[in-house]
Amino acid sequence: MSLVKLFQKIRSTGRIAEPSQPGPGGLACPKAAQLGGSVQLRHIDTGSCNGCEIEIGSAFGPVYDAERYGARLVASPRHADALLVTGAVTHNMAQPLCRTVAAAPHPRIVIAVGDCACGDGVFADAYGVRGPVSGTVPVDLRIPGCPPEPTTIIRALRGLTGR
Amino acid sequence: MTPAALLVTAIQVVAVVAFAPVVVGLMRQVRARLEGRAGAGIGQPWRDLRKLLRRQPTTPEGTGWAFRLAPLILMGTTLVIAAAVPLLTTAPVLGPAADLLVVVGLLALGTVVLALAALDTGTAFGGMGASREMMVLALAEPTILLGVFALSARTGSTNLGGIVSATLDDPARLVTPASLLAAGALAVVVVAETGRLPVDNPSTHLELTMLHEAMVLEYSGTDLGLVELASSVRLTVLLGLFASLFVPWGISGAGLAGLPLALAALAGKVGILATALAGTEVFLAKLRMFRVPELLAGSFVLALLAVCASFLLA
Amino acid sequence: MNTIGLALAAATGLMGLGVLIALGTGVRLRAAATGTCTALIGVAGIVAGVAALAGPTFAADLPFLIPVLGARLAVDPLGGLFTAVTGGVVTAAAIYGIGYNRGRHGQRGRAAQALTAVFAWSMIMVPCAASVTTLLATWELMALASLLLVVAEHHRRTAVAEAGRWYAAMTQLGFIALLLGLVLFAATAGGDSFDALRAADPSPARSAVIFVLVLLGFGSKAGLVPAHVWLPRAHPEAPSPVSAMLSAAMVNLGVYGVLRVGFDLAGGGTRWWWLLVLAVGAASALLGILQAAMANDLKRLLAYSTVENMGLIFIGIGAAGVLLSSGAPQLAALALAAALLHVVNHASFKSLLFFGAGSVLRATGTRDLDALGGLRARMPVTTVLFAFGAMSAAALPPSNGFGSEWLLIQALVHGIPAGGVVTAVAIPVAVAVVALTAGLAMATFVKALGVGFFARPRGDGAARATESPAPMLVGMGLAALACLATALAPATLAPALARTVGTTTGVAGDVIAGGVTVRLTATTSTMSPLVITAGLALAIAATAMGIVLVGRRVRRRRAVALWDCGGGVPTARMQSTASSFAEPLQRVFAGVLDPETGVDTASCPESRYLVTQMTYRRRLSDRVERRLYPPLATAIRWLSGIGPILANGSLHRYLAYGFVGVTGLLIVLAVC
Repeated sequence: MSLVKLFQKIRSTGRIAEPSQPGPGGLACPKAAQLGGSVQLRHIDTGSCNGCEIEIGSAFGPVYDAERYGARLVASPRHADALLVTGAVTHNMAQPLCRTVAAAPHPRIVIAVGDCACGDGVFADAYGVRGPVSGTVPVDLRIPGCPPEPTTIIRALRGLTGR
Repeated sequence: MTPAALLVTAIQVVAVVAFAPVVVGLMRQVRARLEGRAGAGIGQPWRDLRKLLRRQPTTPEGTGWAFRLAPLILMGTTLVIAAAVPLLTTAPVLGPAADLLVVVGLLALGTVVLALAALDTGTAFGGMGASREMMVLALAEPTILLGVFALSARTGSTNLGGIVSATLDDPARLVTPASLLAAGALAVVVVAETGRLPVDNPSTHLELTMLHEAMVLEYSGTDLGLVELASSVRLTVLLGLFASLFVPWGISGAGLAGLPLALAALAGKVGILATALAGTEVFLAKLRMFRVPELLAGSFVLALLAVCASFLLA
Repeated sequence: MNTIGLALAAATGLMGLGVLIALGTGVRLRAAATGTCTALIGVAGIVAGVAALAGPTFAADLPFLIPVLGARLAVDPLGGLFTAVTGGVVTAAAIYGIGYNRGRHGQRGRAAQALTAVFAWSMIMVPCAASVTTLLATWELMALASLLLVVAEHHRRTAVAEAGRWYAAMTQLGFIALLLGLVLFAATAGGDSFDALRAADPSPARSAVIFVLVLLGFGSKAGLVPAHVWLPRAHPEAPSPVSAMLSAAMVNLGVYGVLRVGFDLAGGGTRWWWLLVLAVGAASALLGILQAAMANDLKRLLAYSTVENMGLIFIGIGAAGVLLSSGAPQLAALALAAALLHVVNHASFKSLLFFGAGSVLRATGTRDLDALGGLRARMPVTTVLFAFGAMSAAALPPSNGFGSEWLLIQALVHGIPAGGVVTAVAIPVAVAVVALTAGLAMATFVKALGVGFFARPRGDGAARATESPAPMLVGMGLAALACLATALAPATLAPALARTVGTTTGVAGDVIAGGVTVRLTATTSTMSPLVITAGLALAIAATAMGIVLVGRRVRRRRAVALWDCGGGVPTARMQSTASSFAEPLQRVFAGVLDPETGVDTASCPESRYLVTQMTYRRRLSDRVERRLYPPLATAIRWLSGIGPILANGSLHRYLAYGFVGVTGLLIVLAVC
């Protein structure tokens, strides 16, 4: 696409982001008190069907634009305030999950995203599954849904940033 | 060193440190708007920093003093640079002690210290980031020095205050081929040194494509806050310096009288440059790692042409 | 006899004493006693040199020393500077050597100890020589002593013998070039004293021949391209204190020779001489630093860095000559002062770095960066001192390496309007070379320090390393102090530099003025390393204070495992090695370096898609050496093939040669 076409595209598209909904009001967990409007997230897939990933992807896409509330995805758990865990914890991913949680600085918030991570998804009793996230690491916040809608995810994240 | 000069320099350093995250916020906001997003607002980097500076730092096993001291030294070099370049005044306190070559050297010192810290972690990503960053630094160096050469050859001094004052006295030299070519070359180098597109993607999450970010993957909390603050200050100072060299109007002298105007002018110039840089980035993709040397070689040729032009067309 | 004479006499006496002690004492006392003598020779050299720089000169005629021609000595500021620098390096190296020679790589033999004293003395005497004969005699003594020291470890490693052969061939070829050049000069002048040479006025063609021969001779000692091939072999293979003396002191004498003959004796010459020097210097700087950036052997890296720094010094000398012949004496003085300051600075940081490399070798048994790492915890003092030296070698402010490069760039930047189109092309290219060199030097020394000393050990030797004994640390500390002094207060050297530049080029007056802030008399640029250092310290302290204030309630720093992407703690083998660190630069400069790389894959017999092992190999030879020397060797072999044809044992033929020769000579004499 040539530069001119790209520029025209940007102009004709305009703003995609949907108008901001009223926030949840108040913090979703006590550990979020010191974040002050900024939360950096590291995402861990412990055995998800990728449904939750698609929803998280669109929550951070232009339409829902979670970044406007101060949430941002980062590349290292060292940079993260909160960990987004998706999927039922499989035997193979249990140890990596523990290591990732241990790598994040205190105080860290573990968010279980989706029904599988919260403990009652379709894979709950499958042979490779160890159990819900709370069976492996302490969970601070749950986002139910199979998969949870972007608005649900954003609502939970706004409970952390307080915006 | 008069009290007035000291005060102006202190104001300059405080202003730069205070507004550097806002500059980054402005660039993110411009980018977000062009992508159709709402954006987090220009204050978001400050919120991030406020939180990071209060968060727990971690020390990975097997690292030593290089890893611990790097954020402090990086911030230290950045503050010295902020006190040495003419942004608000043509006579900052450290101006006579640190000319353009020292500023370039201190920028390199910051990068080198961070690269050593990355090597100190002993992780694959740290080593890779350090190696790539040093490659870019090594190749950007000739362009910077030739750019310095083109700018200072006719002033007879490499001291930044002198160059800026000379340009104010004789604005016609800005539209000479030498000056324009040097501006082009230095623009590329500023992009490379601050790790912006197309040399590096500051918002990437993919370790294999990282340059700067790969070096700081092990830092957390306060340390990370310092590194991020330092890199935003470096970006702001370089943009401000670029503005002072090529659009010097509005900068104040040694006194306090012109300070409000100088602050407004600096904010305006840096804001415009940051907006332009962010706007350009939307149209660019990151270059392949081994295409970056070609870009830097191109800027080197521009700088060499600038030097030749400054001599032959003078 | 003044201070200088007394100091030189003391050095000579100490040399004799050192040799006697080395030959006479038992192995337990030998290293310490001879080392002390050598250190005192160095101190005598410093005293003589500093005294000469401070004002009084010294001249002595010693007709009894060398038959027929006699020996002449004279010390002026130019010689004094080099004597002082050599003395400083020798002192530090001798003290360091006392500790080093106790270890497993030490040289405790009689010959090695005696030769170290002789080598040190001859290096101090070379800049004091005041006649061609004396110069050549001390020069050859220095070359032979250093050659024997280089091959001291030949029974331990085969590479030493090869290095020794290269060094022997190159140093003798260089000597022949010097001999021819200087004898031709002396024949023109009708006397071999330097005073006679100064008074001589050879024709342009003859002085050009003399200069090129002398440049070849002295340049090969300084490691200039293309005569550098011996340097990266011999310097690393020598015992470490000797490496430091070779790389920080002996190479300087090549610089001294070119300055003495080119500026002082031949009176400045013409512009193309110095353009040639500039070109050779630029080529050496670039090639040296590129090879250093690729090197995996710590001492080889340092040796190539010596080639680079000599290149930078010769860029300064070449620029000084060009500017002088273009009628810009003030800028020429600035360029020469930059080169001389870099001689001093390079001597201090390179001896520090070679000492550091020697300590690493002694503690770990290896020089291979790929097998080092993690030394910062086990050798903390050595690591800090090496880091200090590396910062200087990388020319980062506020180190001393930055100070001299700053001066050099100032001279170049302001020199462009001086002399027509030639300088307009040559000087920007020189600036670009200096800049690229500076950039690559940063990458090189980040590699040396980061891969060699930081992170975790990659080999058994590195894992078991222990800190060096006190004499080695003292030697390193002395070199580090010299670095610190020249870094923070380069202006204190200004009078000495001004006097040296004055005697060399005849341009009187200060080049550098000011105390805390370095001011240049030729341009308006200023710089102050002391203020920068203070500013940095203040800024770092302010940052640390700020962190404490902002984070009063911050939780304590927590020790964690390395971030492993969840896949288990990374092993030491997963760290970046020297080869992998240099790989991006190797790719960028593949056209210049021409590396041979490849990946060998071994697969299961069942299927070639089931790979069992992969090996990356890289071989990087010196391209100049590969392109230039084998054809040269072939040509020499071909020429030597003619010998048996000419001399086939027939007496008649030899009589015919005699007849043709004598008649030919008679005809020539009759015609002329």
